Amino acid sequence: MRIKFTLNGKVADINVEPDSSLLEVLRNDIELNGPKFGCGLAQCGACAVLLDGVSIRSCVTPAAIVEGRTLTTLEGIGDKDNPHPLQAAFIAEQAMQCGYCASGIMTTAAAFLASNKSPTRDEIRGALSGHLCRCGSQPRMIRAVERAARVMNGDDE
Amino acid sequence: MSVSRREFIHSSGSVVVYFSLGGCGASDPSGEDAVASSDNRITIHTDGSVELFMGKVELGQGIGTALAQIAADELGVAFDRIRLTGVDTDFSPDESYTFSSISIQQSGPKVREAAASARAYLEQLSDRDAADNSAVVGQSVPRIDIPGKTFGDVSFIQDVRLDGMVHARVVHPPAERAVIQEMDSKSVEEMPGVLKVVRDSNFVGIIAEREGQARTAAAALAALIRWELPGDLPSSDEVYDWLKRAESRKEEVSASGTVNFSPSDTVHRATYRRPYQAHASISPSAAIAFFEDSKLTVWSHAQGMYPLRGAIAHTLGLSPQDVRCVHKEASGCYGHNGADDAACEAAVLAMRLPGRPVRLQWERADEFLWEPLGPAMQIETQAVLDSEGRISNWQHDLWSCPHTGRPRDVDSAGYFLYAKHKENPLPDPAPYSIPQPSGGSDRNSVPLYDIKNVRVNKHFVTDIPILGSSLRGLGAYGNVFAIESFMDELAAQIGADPFEFRKRHLDDVRALEVMQRLEKETQWQARPQPGTGVGWGVAFARFKNLSSYLGLVMQLQVNAETNAIQLIKATAVCDAGLVVNPDGLKAQIEGGIIQSASWTLKEQVRLSNRARESYDWNTYPILRFDEIPDVDVILIDRPEQKSLGVGETAQGPTAAAIANAIYHATGKRLRQLPFTPDRLV
Ligand code: FES
Ligand code: FES
Repeated sequence: MRIKFTLNGKVADINVEPDSSLLEVLRNDIELNGPKFGCGLAQCGACAVLLDGVSIRSCVTPAAIVEGRTLTTLEGIGDKDNPHPLQAAFIAEQAMQCGYCASGIMTTAAAFLASNKSPTRDEIRGALSGHLCRCGSQPRMIRAVERAARVMNGDDE
Repeated sequence: MSVSRREFIHSSGSVVVYFSLGGCGASDPSGEDAVASSDNRITIHTDGSVELFMGKVELGQGIGTALAQIAADELGVAFDRIRLTGVDTDFSPDESYTFSSISIQQSGPKVREAAASARAYLEQLSDRDAADNSAVVGQSVPRIDIPGKTFGDVSFIQDVRLDGMVHARVVHPPAERAVIQEMDSKSVEEMPGVLKVVRDSNFVGIIAEREGQARTAAAALAALIRWELPGDLPSSDEVYDWLKRAESRKEEVSASGTVNFSPSDTVHRATYRRPYQAHASISPSAAIAFFEDSKLTVWSHAQGMYPLRGAIAHTLGLSPQDVRCVHKEASGCYGHNGADDAACEAAVLAMRLPGRPVRLQWERADEFLWEPLGPAMQIETQAVLDSEGRISNWQHDLWSCPHTGRPRDVDSAGYFLYAKHKENPLPDPAPYSIPQPSGGSDRNSVPLYDIKNVRVNKHFVTDIPILGSSLRGLGAYGNVFAIESFMDELAAQIGADPFEFRKRHLDDVRALEVMQRLEKETQWQARPQPGTGVGWGVAFARFKNLSSYLGLVMQLQVNAETNAIQLIKATAVCDAGLVVNPDGLKAQIEGGIIQSASWTLKEQVRLSNRARESYDWNTYPILRFDEIPDVDVILIDRPEQKSLGVGETAQGPTAAAIANAIYHATGKRLRQLPFTPDRLV
């Protein structure tokens, strides 16, 4: 089955097995590392990607759904040469231990900051509460999101 | 890779400093540029980069960065000249496991020694960096691995893709000691993409071209197997009584003075309980294995590549020389999770399909149902207070199964799941009681307090219904929870302030300084009145009684209607000797506090007599973003003291500080973990 969609700003036109999950297509066919397999059950958030700007769980999403739509993964949020303020903030705050959960969290946080420019700490907690982190990096991640919001507002740094 | 010339610069004992010309850039572990001896630690390349071969594995704890700091410091080169190479049994130093928060103690001095040898060479070349670089140690150098993980580089074993790689799943039994009654795999063998269905008695695996095909086929196959379950597990409710009844041997952990509870004494007694708990790593275990020309290569995220090699070789009837184990990171493991078993199972499957790399990915339920668990504990404490309000007699008895079950060699290979499930299973290894001063279930069971008469007994349960394993802190979590809760209970008996009561029994100056600093930083004396629903609790421990010191105050709030416990703030003071990377240490302690808070408030593996009933994140919930407290960690730097690990130091104190804070908030004393709201009813 052929699907055509916008992936991280470029047109993707690929052949996929009809019943493949979006996560499998992104990881195994397109070979992206950002979206991660954590549960396959829509419970942990490791696989989060943005579909038309909204954070979804790619592990339970059929790949066919993205036809004609816009998909953004961690790789499309920013890169080394042009990091998203969130990525810069996660590095500045050293906001991960193992980092396995961080990709999904940055991805959801990017969508959240696009809609909420000056979030309170509780709003950040709420926005990320569907994401699990086993290493206990949440305090740093919250600080990183706060830092990114300040940078995006031109408040400091 | 072509290497035009090699030159050994210096060789002394376990340290070989090695210089290669020509083959610069990434070193190819299988190419000619490989270091010859497994003891080589540092290679200086012609492009000026310094390659550090790690003996310990990166678990997300930042050990790579800390070792690079030490190497840069000793070599006198800029930090960014150091490159790290992970553990590979073909060429890395053999430092066995990465565990017990002793990596920096064990590996740090060896790296320093190797770097000192290399420095002589650099001095000859006048290649050291002009600026004095010694300040690298003690600075919060950013972790080397974080940028790659932030931008989606290949960072984890899950990101490794080999040419021709195929995908596997294992259809695990539903419970320990279950056996197959009936299995008909024919229809599954014909499913699209399926390359092989492998069965070896109670071991069943499937290999397919694509991952989705392997998943679908595994699910179909699972439905075609009829298992018989022995129904011999102690259920969650029965487990504590079961521990006391089960076969055990009593070991005296500590005896000082003469513990004597006479009829005239008022003996204070309490019983504390810790359930089976899971590592619950965010990434379920995975491994890749490749078998060709009678050689096996296994990529794994287990904590020790050399022990893994020995155990796999024995289990599969190979010579260790024909097995190579290469470490790749996965998500944090916090001890012995499913990693070793996934590696062994991938190897079994790869040997049935030579010439193709086989990638095995455990599903979420595989990890929850088959990872070895942090074992349940029953702890009974007794104490007598004298007329001056000092503890005169103290006794601590604990019951628990072994906190270790790692396949590490010929004798312990029987711990592998595959070794149990295959035809002609390997014999069950003899239960191993980790001796003091580290201890297993008895870790931190001896109070650090100055008490005249102390007796500590470990009842080492040798009947093992569920494999136990190292889970961050081992017995220290349960024992410190018990000791520090009991200290609070004793203080309350005589109306003493919990801080003052602890200080009264401390004669270790470093411990006292930690507690004084904590009392000041939290303004403890201004804490709210008891019984208001807002609670503050304190706890203290020195990990293993010989590693880092940590005192912690937890502030929380208990909802009067729902009994929900909301953590507000944790403040910790830690003395870990000489600090190599302050921010890295803080991050580990913060993470430890959050994880222990999660264990303490939420976590228990639910057991019925038939099976584990926690198999996903709904049946095994952990703390979420909207439930975590703010965390403040203060380090006391002691440059004159040796560096101590902090990875596990916070586990016990956090649990007790929460229990003590709940008591302060509500007047209710919780002694059985986890503290779910129903316990407050
Ligand atoms: S992997 Fe998709 S939510 Fe966990
Ligand atoms: S940083 Fe390890 S799971 Fe979040």
